[in-house]
Amino acid sequence: MISLIIDGIKVEVPENTTVLQAARKANIKIPTLCYLEGINAIGACRMCLVEMIEGGRGLQASCVLPAANGMVVSTKSKAVQDARKVNLELILSNHDKRCLSCVRNRNCELQKICEELGVEDVSYEGASVDRPLDMMSPSIVRDPNKCILCRRCVAVCNNVQKVGAVGATQRGFKTIVEPVFGKSLNDVLCINCGQCITACPVGALYEKSEIDNVWAALGDKSKYVVVQTAPAVRFGLGEEFGIPSGNSVTGKMATALHRIGFDKVFDTDFAADLTIMEEGTELLSRINNGGKLPMITSCSPGWIKYCELFFPDFLDNLSTCKSPHEMEGALIKSYYAQKMGIDPKSIYVVSIMPCTAKKFEKEREELVNDGLPNVDAVLTTRELARMIKQSNIDFANLPEEDFDRMLGESTGAAVIFGATGGVMEAALRTVADILTGEDLKDIDYKAVRGIEGVKEATVSVAGMDLNVAVANGTGNAKKLLEAVRAGEKNYHFIEIMGCPGGCVTGGGQPIVSSQDRMNFDPKVLRAKATYAEDANMQKRKSHKNAEVQQLYKEFLGEPNGHKSHELLHTHYHQRPKYK
Amino acid sequence: MDIFRSHVLVCGGTGCTSSDSLKIIDKMNEEITKAGLEKEVKVVKTGCFGLCEVGPIVIVYPEGCFYSRVKVDDVAEIVSEHLLKGRIVKRLLYKEAAGDIETSLNNVGFYKKQKRVALRNCGVIDPEKIDEYIAYDGYKALGTCLTQYTPQQVIDIIKDSGLRGRGGGGFSTGLKWQFCHNEKNDQKYVICNADEGDPGAFMDRSVLEGDPHAVLEAMAIAGYAIGSNMGYIYVRAEYPIAVKRLEIAIGQAKEYGLLGKNIFDTGFDFDIEIRLGAGAFVCGEETALMVSIEGKRGEPTPKPPFPAQKGLFGKPTIINNVETFANISQIILKGADWFKSMGTEKSKGTKVFALGGKINNTGLVEIPMGTTLREIIYDIGGGIPSGKAFKAAQTGGPSGGCIPASHLDTPIDYDSLTAIGSMMGSGGLIVMDEDNCMVDVARFFLDFTVDESCGKCPPCRIGTKRMLEILERIVAGQGEDGDIEKLQKLGENIKNAALCGLGKTAPNPVLSTIKYFRDEYEAHIYDKKCPAGHCKALLNYIIDKSKCIGCSACAKVCPVGAITGKIKEPFEIDQSKCIKCGACIGKCKFGAIEKK
Repeated sequence: MISLIIDGIKVEVPENTTVLQAARKANIKIPTLCYLEGINAIGACRMCLVEMIEGGRGLQASCVLPAANGMVVSTKSKAVQDARKVNLELILSNHDKRCLSCVRNRNCELQKICEELGVEDVSYEGASVDRPLDMMSPSIVRDPNKCILCRRCVAVCNNVQKVGAVGATQRGFKTIVEPVFGKSLNDVLCINCGQCITACPVGALYEKSEIDNVWAALGDKSKYVVVQTAPAVRFGLGEEFGIPSGNSVTGKMATALHRIGFDKVFDTDFAADLTIMEEGTELLSRINNGGKLPMITSCSPGWIKYCELFFPDFLDNLSTCKSPHEMEGALIKSYYAQKMGIDPKSIYVVSIMPCTAKKFEKEREELVNDGLPNVDAVLTTRELARMIKQSNIDFANLPEEDFDRMLGESTGAAVIFGATGGVMEAALRTVADILTGEDLKDIDYKAVRGIEGVKEATVSVAGMDLNVAVANGTGNAKKLLEAVRAGEKNYHFIEIMGCPGGCVTGGGQPIVSSQDRMNFDPKVLRAKATYAEDANMQKRKSHKNAEVQQLYKEFLGEPNGHKSHELLHTHYHQRPKYK
Repeated sequence: MDIFRSHVLVCGGTGCTSSDSLKIIDKMNEEITKAGLEKEVKVVKTGCFGLCEVGPIVIVYPEGCFYSRVKVDDVAEIVSEHLLKGRIVKRLLYKEAAGDIETSLNNVGFYKKQKRVALRNCGVIDPEKIDEYIAYDGYKALGTCLTQYTPQQVIDIIKDSGLRGRGGGGFSTGLKWQFCHNEKNDQKYVICNADEGDPGAFMDRSVLEGDPHAVLEAMAIAGYAIGSNMGYIYVRAEYPIAVKRLEIAIGQAKEYGLLGKNIFDTGFDFDIEIRLGAGAFVCGEETALMVSIEGKRGEPTPKPPFPAQKGLFGKPTIINNVETFANISQIILKGADWFKSMGTEKSKGTKVFALGGKINNTGLVEIPMGTTLREIIYDIGGGIPSGKAFKAAQTGGPSGGCIPASHLDTPIDYDSLTAIGSMMGSGGLIVMDEDNCMVDVARFFLDFTVDESCGKCPPCRIGTKRMLEILERIVAGQGEDGDIEKLQKLGENIKNAALCGLGKTAPNPVLSTIKYFRDEYEAHIYDKKCPAGHCKALLNYIIDKSKCIGCSACAKVCPVGAITGKIKEPFEIDQSKCIKCGACIGKCKFGAIEKK
C-alpha cells in the first residue's frame, strides 16, 4: 500500500494508483476534461493539476501522476486554482459558446466545469477557429468549432476500437482532430459505432439527427408510421430523465411512443427472438453440413462494417441473418402490411436504437426488399429522449403500457440481446433445447455474461461440445479474430458486438460523464438491469415466443426457409478503407 | 604514410559550403596538381572553424595562415603565391574588427579566450575519415572504458566530472546515467538528441559535421555504462551534411569493429541508427522525440515516468544532446578533475554558443563556464557593429530570456542565467542593440513558439497565441491599459500549467523583457511610441521645415502620394496617407526627414 496526503487527508491506496484516483478515495473531486477512466489518461487538458508540496515540484496533472509514498499534494491551492481558471478561460476563448442551441446543453462537461470553477467571464478573447462541420457521415456529425482537443475520441477510436478514423492533425493553435488528410468521416475507415460521441465531453461529436424526418412522417397523413425499439434502449433511456442508471423503463417507453403518435409501437425484441430462430438454425445447419465455422453473429452494424474493412477474410463466417431491426422492418412491410391490408409503400418504419451505426446500416443496398428499404429512419436513444421532451411528456411519471401485438411479443432471450454475451446466451438456450429435445430449466449461461473484452466457454449439450466465444468492442474482436486466423483458437460460434459492453453502451445511448464514470460503470449497471428483466420474464427462450411461432406458421414456413432467406438474410462485401 | 609539407584546411561546414567551399576544394586540388605540388600539399575538408561570419575559411599549415572570405577565383593565387612561392597572400588574411591583420589563427581574438573541448576536432580533422579521428585519440576512451572500467566506474567518472546536460535543462549527466543503469530491463536505449531547433543555433550541427565520431564513441560509452546495446541519433532532416557524415561515420566505425558486435573483443555489442526529424521544434523535447522515433505524432508526454524509467518503446532510455556527448570521451581520457578545473562551482567544463544578431563575429564559440557575457560579446564577438550600443542578449532561444546591459558582467553558467530570468538553453546567443525594440523581440520569439506548439495542452496551444495577439496589438499601436498585467498573468500561468518544457518556457522572452524593459512596453501602450524606432505603426515620418529645401525628391519617390508641397518651399507629409515605408528618408539628401 502507498500512503500519501491529499489536502491534509491521509490516503492509503494500492500501487499503480494515480493521484486523481487516490483523491477520489478521499472524496476529493478533482476537475477533469481529457481524462476518461480506462480510455484516456494523457495529462493534456491541464484541468486536473495539483500542486506538489512534497515528493515533486510545481503543478502536475493528477490523472497521470502515480501516487507515491510520502507525497503531499494540494488540489486546491491558489496556484492550482489560478492555473485551472486561466486554463479554462483559454479553452473557452477558442470554443463555440453557443450553448443554448448545443446538443449537449446541460450535459456538457465543459459547461459543468465552468460552473464548478466559477468562471463567468473570458478575459482572453482572440482569434478562434472557424471550420466547416463534417456532416457527410449518415451517423456522426463532427463540429470542430466545439472541439476542445481532449483526444478522448481519438483514444477510444484508436486504442479501444482499433479503428483509427480520427487523430490530431496540424500543429499549435491550428491543431484539429479529424480523419486523415482532412477527409470526411464518411470517406475513411470509420465504422460508425459512435463510441467517439459517448466519449466526447462537449458537443463536438453527435449523431446525425433524423428527428425532423420522423416528425415530418408523423405529420404526413398518407404515412403509416411504425416504430420499433431495440432491446438496449429501455435500459438507458431513463437516464435522460433523471432516472438513475441501471433501471428499465420498458413500459414508460411504450407509453411515450404511443403518445408521440406512432401508428404502431412494436418491439425489436420480437425480431431478436426471430433472429435466434434463424441464426440458431443456421448454426446447427453449418455444424451438421460442414458449413463455414466459426459462425459469427451479424446483429451489430459497427462490427459488420469493421469486418468488411479490416477482416474481409471472415465475411463468409458471418451469419447471413440481417440485424434484428432490419428483419422487423422487412416483416412490417410484408407480413404485417399484407395482413393489415396496408400498402407497404405508405409504411414508414422508425427504429429506436442504442446505436449510430444503424443509421448507416439502414442505407445499405443489401437491406432492401421489393425496392423498399427495410427501415426508413433510425433514431438513437438520445434522439428519442429529445422527441419525448419535445412532446411535453413527463416521462418519469408515465404509466406503463405494452407494445402493440403481432410484432410486439418477446422473451427474456431477446431482452438480453443488449448486453455483451446476450445473443450468445439466447442462442444457447434455444440450440440446447433443440438438440436435447427437452425444455431445459438450467438456462443461465453465466460464463458468457460480464464485461470482459473476450469471454469463451465450452458448452456440452446432448453429447456435443460447443465451443463459443464472445467479444465486445472491435478492439477485442480484433484480438479474438487474429487468434482464430492464426489457428490458435477453434470455435463453433462467436458473438461480436461492435461497442464495448455491447448495445447497452452503444454509441447512441445516453452519455455518462467522465466524472460519473469514475463512480459507476454504465456497462455494468445497464447489463444488470438487463439480466434482471430477463429473470422476471415468463418466457425466457426465443422459440417460446408465440407471435414468432405464429409468423412461421402463417407466413415464413420454417426457419432458414425460402421466404426467410428472401426477407431476413443477406450477405456483405469487402469495402475499401478510403474513398 | 605520405608526408606533406603543407596542409590546406578548407571548411566543409554548412555555412562555408553554402558559399562554395566545396568548389574551392576542387579548384585547390586542380591548381595544386597543375603546379605539381600534389605530393607536397594536402587539402583537407574539415568541419566548422566557428568564425562563420568571414567564411569561406581556408587555413594553411604549418604557418597557420587564416584566409577569410575566400572565393574560388582566389584559389589560383593562394596556390601560386603561398604554396608555390611561400609568399602569404596578405589581402586574403583575416582582419580583426579593430583593423589588425592577423597572420596566424592562434592570434585571432575570436579564438584567444575560447577553450575547445566539445569542438576540439572541428576544423582540425577530416570528419569523413575515421583514421584522422583515431589519430586524435579517437575511440581510445571507449577502449579504456570497455577494458579497464566497470559500467559503474564509468558513471562515477561522469558524475564526478560535474557534467550537466548541454541541451538546456542542465541535469547531471552522470545521475541520468545512474538512474538508467539502476533500472532492471533486458532492453535499454541510448538516444542522441540532435534535433537542434532554436532559431540561430547550430552548435550541434557543427559537432556532427566536424566530429561525428565523437558522438558515436560517447554513445557507445553510454551504452556500456547503462547496459544498452542500441542507440538512436535523432537528427533534423534539414541538416543534410550532418546526416551524410554521420552515415559515413557509422559505416566506418562498423567496418573497424568500433560499433556492432563484440567491440574490442569484450563481448560488448552496440549499434546506432539514425532517425530523421521532420522539422518540428517540439521534437527536441525528449518525450516528444521518443514518441516521434516510435513513429507517432511528435507530442510530449507527461513526466513522470522519466525516460530513464520508461522511455523509448517503454524501455529505460537515456537521452543526451550532441554537445553533452561530445564532452564524454575527453572526460574519460583526461579525467574528472581536469574537467572540473574548468567552469564555476556548479557548472563545470565549457559551453558552446552560437553568436548571432548584432555582433561583429557571428559564429560558434566554446568558452569555459563562468566567462562573462561582456567577454563573449566584446572580446570574442568583437563588439556591436557600427559602434552601436548593446541593449540585450537573448540566451536559450525562444525558451530563454533577455539579459540587459546591467547583467553584462554576470559569469555565465546554468544557475546565474536562471537567476536573472533567462536560461542556458542549448546555446543560442542573440545580441541586440539600441535599434531593437524589445517588445518586438518578445513578439518574434513568441511567434516562433506559437508556430511550433504541438497543440496538445491548452496553456501552450491557446495561451501563447493569446499572448502573441496582445503583443501584436501593442506593436501595432493598439495596446491598452492592463495589457502588461494580462501578459504577466498569462505568462505565469502558462509556465506553471503547460505540459512540457516548450510550453513552460515559452513565456520567458515576454516575462524577461517586461522585467527589464517595462518602460518600452509602457511607451508603446500609453505614449504610442516605439523608443527603438522599430515598430512601423508607431512611427511618424516628419519633415523638418528648417532643413527642407523643397526639392521634391521625397514626393517623387513616395508610392502613395502622401508628400506634397511647392518647389523651393518646405514639403509636408500627410500622416493619414503615409504607409511608413521609409522611401522618402532614403531620398532626402539634407537629412530633413525624421522618424519619430
